[in-house]
Amino acid sequence: MFYRENGQFKTSYRADQQIFPITQDRLAILAIVAIAALVVPFLVDEYLFRAILIPFLILSLAALGVNILVGYCGQISLGSGAFMAVGAYMAYNTYIRVEGMPLIVALLSGGFFATLVGMFFGIPSLRVKGLYLAVATLAAQFFCDWAFLRVGWFTNNNASGSVSVSDLSVLGWRIDTPMDKYWFCLGFLVVFGLLAKNLVRSAIGREWMAIRDMDVAAAVIGIRPMYAKLSAFAVSSFIVGVAGGLWGFVHLGAWEPAAFSIDRSFQLLFMVIIGGMGSIMGSFFGAAFIVVLPIFLNQALPALGALLGLEISTATVSHAEYMIFGALIVWFLIVEPHGLAKLWSIGKQKLRLWPFPH
Amino acid sequence: MKLRQLALAATVAAAGLSSALLPSVATAQAKDQFFPVLVYRTGAYAPNGVPWANGYVDYLKLTNARGGVNGVKISFEECETGYATDRGVECYERLKGKGATVIQPLATGITFALTEKAPIDKIPLITAGYGRSESQDGGVFKWNFPLAGTYWIAGDIIIQDIAKKNGGFDKLKGKHIALVYHDSPFGKEAIPILQERANTHGFKLTLLPVTAPGVEQKSTWLQIRQQRPDYVINWGWGVMNSTLLKEAQATGYPRDKIYGVWWAGAEPDVKDVGEGAKGYNAITMQHGAEPNAAFVKEVLEKVHGKGQGTGPKDEVGTVLYVRGAMSAMMAVEGMRRAQERFGKGKVITGEQMRWGLENLDLSQAKLDALGFKGVMRPISTSCQDHVGSAWGRIHTWNGSKWEFTSDWYQADEMIIKPMVKAAADKYAAEKKLTRRTPADCQS
Repeated sequence: MFYRENGQFKTSYRADQQIFPITQDRLAILAIVAIAALVVPFLVDEYLFRAILIPFLILSLAALGVNILVGYCGQISLGSGAFMAVGAYMAYNTYIRVEGMPLIVALLSGGFFATLVGMFFGIPSLRVKGLYLAVATLAAQFFCDWAFLRVGWFTNNNASGSVSVSDLSVLGWRIDTPMDKYWFCLGFLVVFGLLAKNLVRSAIGREWMAIRDMDVAAAVIGIRPMYAKLSAFAVSSFIVGVAGGLWGFVHLGAWEPAAFSIDRSFQLLFMVIIGGMGSIMGSFFGAAFIVVLPIFLNQALPALGALLGLEISTATVSHAEYMIFGALIVWFLIVEPHGLAKLWSIGKQKLRLWPFPH
Repeated sequence: MKLRQLALAATVAAAGLSSALLPSVATAQAKDQFFPVLVYRTGAYAPNGVPWANGYVDYLKLTNARGGVNGVKISFEECETGYATDRGVECYERLKGKGATVIQPLATGITFALTEKAPIDKIPLITAGYGRSESQDGGVFKWNFPLAGTYWIAGDIIIQDIAKKNGGFDKLKGKHIALVYHDSPFGKEAIPILQERANTHGFKLTLLPVTAPGVEQKSTWLQIRQQRPDYVINWGWGVMNSTLLKEAQATGYPRDKIYGVWWAGAEPDVKDVGEGAKGYNAITMQHGAEPNAAFVKEVLEKVHGKGQGTGPKDEVGTVLYVRGAMSAMMAVEGMRRAQERFGKGKVITGEQMRWGLENLDLSQAKLDALGFKGVMRPISTSCQDHVGSAWGRIHTWNGSKWEFTSDWYQADEMIIKPMVKAAADKYAAEKKLTRRTPADCQS
């Protein structure tokens, strides 16, 4: 009843081509952004900011990047952690080596270098596909782990190999309270989210999807596989690289290569698979699932035990967290193989017919 | 339907969680001093993390059994980090909100991340024996306390012991020492001090990194077999240590030429190798296995005797257990010192705790009263010196237990002081910090 596009006539090409053609969608997105920016910060405490919301925003951004490559272009990559690491370390290097470097430019330069590395490691995708490509992108992961551990230049010759940044500010706005950090990350996420949404419905996005669905057919109708695949690697690595920079600069403050290990690559891939491949919305669902659920379980289990009068040891909680988390992943994949985003779109379909389903 | 059930389940779970969490927060904020306990009882490092955690928690329980600190009881909560930096940061944020006034991160990666947060949150950081070595410079690292030892002190003492066994530092010339290290900030901490010593005494230092967690060391040991270094220093952790000893056994490298860092010198590291590890040395940051210490007996009587012990009873007094207990003791004594100035019997704040740790004065008499006689030497910290004591000794595995095989060594201040100052100044320059003024030291 409320969610129906009947009667919304488009009278110009411009109106027909906007990102969200349905008025309700547009209003909903505006409302979500407004609530996230103006209401949420005044409701939550510091713990929620620093432990849940900020990691969620940053990893959503990373998942968004991975989704462009894996979900839209169909190129499975296990190198996302490495691209995050490139983004973080190169942003660090531009930030400290160039006097007076603005923070945002440093972060974007991290994204730029991640793009270069991503395109380089995307070259095998022109020849190998599917699981073989996943193995080829693993090379990126191992190479970057090696480089950041061994090559002293990247870490400014710090004895321990760990780097840190502090005193972040943008045009006089000092980013040190959790609220500032939240807004800063949210700003990046909104901008990149809208850009990505717009990109995937443009000509280039359609090329990616054509390649994903059947690359031979796509080549026959005149799509250049090299251009399409490498551009997907480029855009994806850029976003992932910026997310890596935010993870290091804003969330951790000090980091080592282990923060971007192979586990991180898998985590990002799982976010995309669970959230929904080929869906911008799915990236957010996936990130929420992977970031929030373990922490939730970790706190809910002892609380639940306390309700029942049981004292559960820390180790048991941690083991149970892994087991329940794993079981939930399997359960979700069985119940909804297309990811949480599919549930979302089913919900939207239902809402269209409501209250008169046929 | 499915959606609705899901939403319903989620709401119920969330409601249950929030109602269950509220009371626990409320109890923590009562008239207790809250101690966060960051541990890792699972994962690749669990064999070493578990005894540490048990010792830490048991000592806090013992403090309560002794009547608290001037009547103030201690409450605590564990949080599992799994040695991962991001989970560690999450734990820190979670427990900070419950009134933490001191934190012991128990991982070098987490220490680095929290070093940036501590000055903002005004919560001092104790990294007893680990963490970043330059943080012993209190002039720059106002909130870090690597009490009773750092990795540089450990590395320095190992070289002193090797020199002594060879009959003096001049005999080190032309020797060859290999450092096999865990390839992480923790493992790399040892490199600067060993390089400094190598330059001074003219021995050759070979660096052999081992990828975390350290189960794959075949290529490392191939290099050791080829190069035959005179000594091997093991800067390992967790599963890496027992693997290293098994590889040494397989290679036929003499175990008495191997020295471990203190994280590589406890029972879990050698137990599985047993006789094969006989002769293996490790640095101790003061204590070893202390089954006869007075406080251990007190724990057995007042905590385990009442059925409130954490972990198995026969592990009480093992190396890492004592480490955990000693770490807890120093935090509790910092709190006691702060109470002496800011009001006995009061719950203190993070800033007051910092003052207490900076003015810690654990004399021999105080240590004896606490049951730490023979376990450790006195500690006295100051505004500039956040380490308090730079002593250590070497203990050796005799096939069934650890035994001290050296006298006390003091790390060479002439070497470590300038290194600490240079590293701390570099950190301060990067962060655009200025050194603390004498007036700041008074506060």
